[in-house]
Amino acid sequence: MDFELDDEQTALRDAVRGLLKGYDPATNSEHRREVTAADPGYDEALWGRLAEMGLLGLPFAETDGGMGAGPVELALVAEEIGRVIAPEPYVAAVALAGGVVAALGSDDQRAELLGELASGERLLAFASGEVAEPVVQGARAETIIWEVDGEVFVVDRPADVTAYRTHDGGRAARLQFDRSAATPLGDGGDAREALVPVFARARIAACHEALGAMDSALRLTTSYLTTRQQFGVTLNRFQNLTFRAADMYTDLELTRSIVTWATMVAADGDADVVDAAARAKLQTVRAARRIGQEAIQLHGGIGVTDEFSIGHFTSRLTALSHWLGDGREQVALLSGSIADHGVLDPLD
Amino acid sequence: MRLRLTQEEAAFREEMRTFFTTEIPEDIRENVRTGRHLGKDDFVRTMRAMNAAGIAVPNWPVEWGGKQWTPLEKHLWHEEMQLACVPPPLAFNAGMIGPVIAHFGSQEMKERFLPATANLDIWWAQGFSEPNAGSDLASLTTRAERDGDDWIVNGQKTWTTLGQHADWIFCLCRTDPEVKKQAGISMLLFPMDSPGVTLRPIKLLDGTFEVNEVFFDNVRVPGENLVGEVNQGWTQAKFLLGNERVGVAPVGATKRALATAKEHATELGVLDDPLMAARFVELENELLALELTALRVVANSADGKPHPASSVLKLKGSELQQAVTELLVDLAGPLSLASDSETVPEWAAHTVPTYLNFRKASIYGGSNEIQRSIIAGTILGL
Repeated sequence: MDFELDDEQTALRDAVRGLLKGYDPATNSEHRREVTAADPGYDEALWGRLAEMGLLGLPFAETDGGMGAGPVELALVAEEIGRVIAPEPYVAAVALAGGVVAALGSDDQRAELLGELASGERLLAFASGEVAEPVVQGARAETIIWEVDGEVFVVDRPADVTAYRTHDGGRAARLQFDRSAATPLGDGGDAREALVPVFARARIAACHEALGAMDSALRLTTSYLTTRQQFGVTLNRFQNLTFRAADMYTDLELTRSIVTWATMVAADGDADVVDAAARAKLQTVRAARRIGQEAIQLHGGIGVTDEFSIGHFTSRLTALSHWLGDGREQVALLSGSIADHGVLDPLD
Repeated sequence: MRLRLTQEEAAFREEMRTFFTTEIPEDIRENVRTGRHLGKDDFVRTMRAMNAAGIAVPNWPVEWGGKQWTPLEKHLWHEEMQLACVPPPLAFNAGMIGPVIAHFGSQEMKERFLPATANLDIWWAQGFSEPNAGSDLASLTTRAERDGDDWIVNGQKTWTTLGQHADWIFCLCRTDPEVKKQAGISMLLFPMDSPGVTLRPIKLLDGTFEVNEVFFDNVRVPGENLVGEVNQGWTQAKFLLGNERVGVAPVGATKRALATAKEHATELGVLDDPLMAARFVELENELLALELTALRVVANSADGKPHPASSVLKLKGSELQQAVTELLVDLAGPLSLASDSETVPEWAAHTVPTYLNFRKASIYGGSNEIQRSIIAGTILGL
């Protein structure tokens, strides 16, 4: 077992981190505020740079216009995006909507949809149900990959869309399905079974985004504790505060372990990816709530202001926790198999 | 990144599993499985069987019986042992004084003690904590004063685990009261039946005797029984406490306890209860995250330096260990009251004594408050 990135993966991570450095709300909160204030709620120039670096086509086959990379590379991009809570719909467009196209689309559909997603020319969103809500970037995406009763269609964005801002600064929409405007994705028919592992992989990518955000939330909090003065000393002189930061660290590291493991399961092409994704998500949801709350509490009043960035991390973590399956769903899923094994063995 | 064990690692694991499930007497494993208190003989027979197979003291230097195992192999050894309900080699011998003597002791001292220590022919007691020096160990006041070549020891130790079985004690003593408190400590070795040593067992909440007070009244210790140099004791103590990176979180034992709890829940027909199932799911998931963290630490510990994440293992490991004991009490429900009954299932009778006993897990070996201080100070820079 080896949890570390190889040299190429490390280089990719460093390149992505370098690209996103100027967008860090901890040092440049004005940029994120401006971007999220106006539609489409993310920085399309940055999106273009992600496309230039090949990141929007990262997990897709080279014949479909992608880079042919795997879940590990997808994960590290998601984590870097989470680290600066960039509002770019990376996981929603690439891992989720793109993932569905990659799994089900015909050769032509994959080449067209994924090729144009990768180049930044076309944004994809994924919707589920006759009335789908909230569809992340449903009003901005040119094309909706739409699941209705297990069948998946390709649909041009409907003209009549109810769009709104989400609490984390993003955009979502309510969409009404129109079958007459829909083309089946791939062979059509019931795709529910094929979708399960695609959702699992997207769920794991979202966990990595949350992991990046949690890492930053802790780092910002410890930095604050060592600089903010009260009663004539910096806050890190108060043990009740440093102990809470230590518990945040414990949550973060346990989450890092399980989320990284889930990515390795996905990279192995293992059928257990659904179970692994549920486990990663459950741990992420629990840790995100504790870390998000504690990050605000340890900042005091400024933690609940719009001006200071820490609260936005908590908002983003809350969004990620309830998107692509919340904690209750993971517990329900895992309860179904609790009697199937004695001890859990991640090495088998 | 790599998910699987290599073929060699998998074969190693299988070898360990086979050894522990076939070579350790079943009556001992049954005692562990059922949560009974282990007798001296259980430890001695187990450690001798492991020593005969050359796997009792893998962390020692090779010339004294150690193995050049990777951190992952040590982890697998330790996990398989716990999963097979095998009591680990006595920590005071295998994990504490053995490595200290091998590192700091004279050749003569090594030859005198190491083989007997590996075979549990000598049962060691740890003489560290005192009534006023627990987490703040450096404040210890048991003193050793020169008398010719000998040392005369006076004072008191406490929380001496399984000291009632001990043949010898390794004892931290103040040998220079004039210097900074860490700089005036030395480590002495002496027999527990030396004149002037008195042991008083401390009865615990669960009615058992695990720990003791040990009093020293003018105990004469030959000069040759000093480990290493005079006033080197604090360095030796830090070496000892920092030595055991592998197995700091009792993952395997907690996994096994949770699996056993699941069997009881199934027998009781309560695993179908969504509230109970959810509790198992949450606990099992946290335990998986802990195990994966332990694997991360052993798989990626560079240059013998501990991985930063290792500091969470003791903290979270003890919390989860305790959480499983709580779960078992709740499963037993009203039957948990019948702790001395022979008519309720044995596991149910054991639940509350075990629960109460294991409150110790977050206190010993550096309390969880100490662990939080370490994380905050050394990792988070607070």
